[in-house]
Amino acid sequence: MQTQKEEKEALAKEASDKVSTYGTDIDLEAFSAETDPHPYQEDLSAFSQTEQSQMLKAGVELTAKNRSGTFIQKDLSVVHASTSQDGIEVMDIEEALEKYDWFHQYWWKAVPVDMDKYTARAELHQEHGYFIRSLPGTSSIYPVQACLYMEEDNLAQDVHNVIIAERGSELHIITGCATAPHVKSGLHLGVSEFYIKKGAKITFTMIHNWVEGVAVRPRSATIVEEGGLFISNYVCMQPVGTLQTYPVAYLVGEGATARFNSILVATSGSVMDVGARVYLKSKGTRSEIISRAITTGGKIIARGHIIGEVPGIKAHLECKGLILTDEGMIHAVPELEGHRKDVDLSHEAAVGKIAQEEIEYLMARGLSQEEATATIVRGFLNVDIEGLPPELKAEMDRAVEVSEKSLL
Amino acid sequence: MAKKGNQADTKLLMIENLQVEVEGREILHHVDLEINQGETHVLFGPNGSGKTTLLMATMGFPDYQITGGRILFKGEDITSIPLNERANLGFGLSFQRPPTIKGVNMRQILEICGKGDKDVESMARSLDFDEFLDRDLNDGFSGGEIKRSELLQLMAQNPDFLLLDEPESGVDLENIALIGKVIEKLLERETVSQKGISRKELKREREKAGLIITHTGYILDYVDADIGHVIIAGEKCCEGNPREILKTIKEQGYDECVRCCGLNTGALSKDKEIRSN
Repeated sequence: MQTQKEEKEALAKEASDKVSTYGTDIDLEAFSAETDPHPYQEDLSAFSQTEQSQMLKAGVELTAKNRSGTFIQKDLSVVHASTSQDGIEVMDIEEALEKYDWFHQYWWKAVPVDMDKYTARAELHQEHGYFIRSLPGTSSIYPVQACLYMEEDNLAQDVHNVIIAERGSELHIITGCATAPHVKSGLHLGVSEFYIKKGAKITFTMIHNWVEGVAVRPRSATIVEEGGLFISNYVCMQPVGTLQTYPVAYLVGEGATARFNSILVATSGSVMDVGARVYLKSKGTRSEIISRAITTGGKIIARGHIIGEVPGIKAHLECKGLILTDEGMIHAVPELEGHRKDVDLSHEAAVGKIAQEEIEYLMARGLSQEEATATIVRGFLNVDIEGLPPELKAEMDRAVEVSEKSLL
Repeated sequence: MAKKGNQADTKLLMIENLQVEVEGREILHHVDLEINQGETHVLFGPNGSGKTTLLMATMGFPDYQITGGRILFKGEDITSIPLNERANLGFGLSFQRPPTIKGVNMRQILEICGKGDKDVESMARSLDFDEFLDRDLNDGFSGGEIKRSELLQLMAQNPDFLLLDEPESGVDLENIALIGKVIEKLLERETVSQKGISRKELKREREKAGLIITHTGYILDYVDADIGHVIIAGEKCCEGNPREILKTIKEQGYDECVRCCGLNTGALSKDKEIRSN
């Protein structure tokens, strides 16, 4: 009989040339799959100044102040994993694989291994990733932080992450992906599977800080059980080569909720195809997908897809785009799919320039045209996120603020 | 065109022979207006006569193109300086229909208006508006709330010269008294007598001036004004006691203004035509 491992591998091999439905096709052979290992570092202050500042831009605080745990992977090596709170586990996924005999129940159970060539590659070439788990009834006092850092040029980083919030627990995670400033190209493939048990809650705030020329293909999915809550915040305001991601949430338990917020800024040369898809599969489930996109010359495709499969569900999609130069492009693709008569699905989409009327209003209060524009853009990006701890709201605000300066 | 050159030091605003175009069409023709320090003027006129155009051009909105004449403020020619610089020189405008700005809350705009050194909390409380501080600017505000928001911003800005576009429109009776009171305060015209200072002295010391557009004239029940002007079809046709002008308009309509000023009888229908456009 085939083991699960063999079965997944076989599926992956079959899918290894399967072109993704979205995003330009990437030649996986163009990247190297190996590099020298980096040493493990117990002491977070031992990271170089450059690393610290790059990670900080992605919300990862190496003083580890106000953090319940820290995970750092540099290229293909896990260089740090620690936790400072009982009931919160942070470790290398390989370690979890060995430690827990039940682990296979969470491996490729939310994301299909043969979804496309990227998931297939993650299975066949996977190098680490993180495992974060909150034990039943535990609440992370401070957020857990994880950083996937790319140091080596032209490397393919394939990680697989599993995040579990056990019954009645609460987990706040901030993930920063960053590259060393000298990196010219690279490929980041990240598979993330989230499991939210009955009455549990996960907030997941991801700040991406890439460089031009990096290709990014995260693949993630979340399964939310009864009364569970998933909040995903995604911020990508720095240049990137090509980014395509379309995370999915399956609301399988009664009263489960998922909220996706994304803030995207595409500078010239960046291509971002970012969406969120939610399946409402049980009575009383709720969802909200909100995106704010700004282009200063890059291309953004903002997708949203809500699928209401049972009666008595409610979901809303909001997609707003600001085009600041004529070179840029924003394509909003909101999709609503109702399968029963008693579903309540709505969407709101608007793409355009800043209203002259708003600029003049602020100018009449004494602001210059530039100050007025900056104030309006800042307001546009200021998404109010319910349920986000203040530390994470502050990190998001900081990421937005850092990027704004280069934006205007 | 200053009539009394020796009083130039008290002249706050001088509008000389102003011509204004909107979308390539001349709306104001050769308008003159002088406002001294401490004076409040009222602008009457039927809908579409050019009142708002005069206000917007004075404030410096780019869509209101000045094609002739000039505007002097505190002796300086400001005809071609931008909107925000006029605001910083001491112009404050209350919008009739301000835009909603998402993500910018009331508190932020008050900090902007007050340049960060005003106690916006207590200002908001004085207008019973403190609950709105964290609301997005004008988002879902009622007519009366918009007026309070506008006046609160002017309080924080504390301008020397106020331009108010129909401050009474859309305000219910309960709130109009409050709005009137705030406007009086902004214009330093509060009737509360201060110890040891006569009303005459108060008037002499008053620095703030204002130009108020009113269509209905109701605001005059709450705010005392010094001089009234009537604009019809883009021309200023009358200047005088604001209450007398209002009385005439109320009793005989703008037709009487047209007759009295010797305007072409087509002037009002021209206004109607502008309005319907």
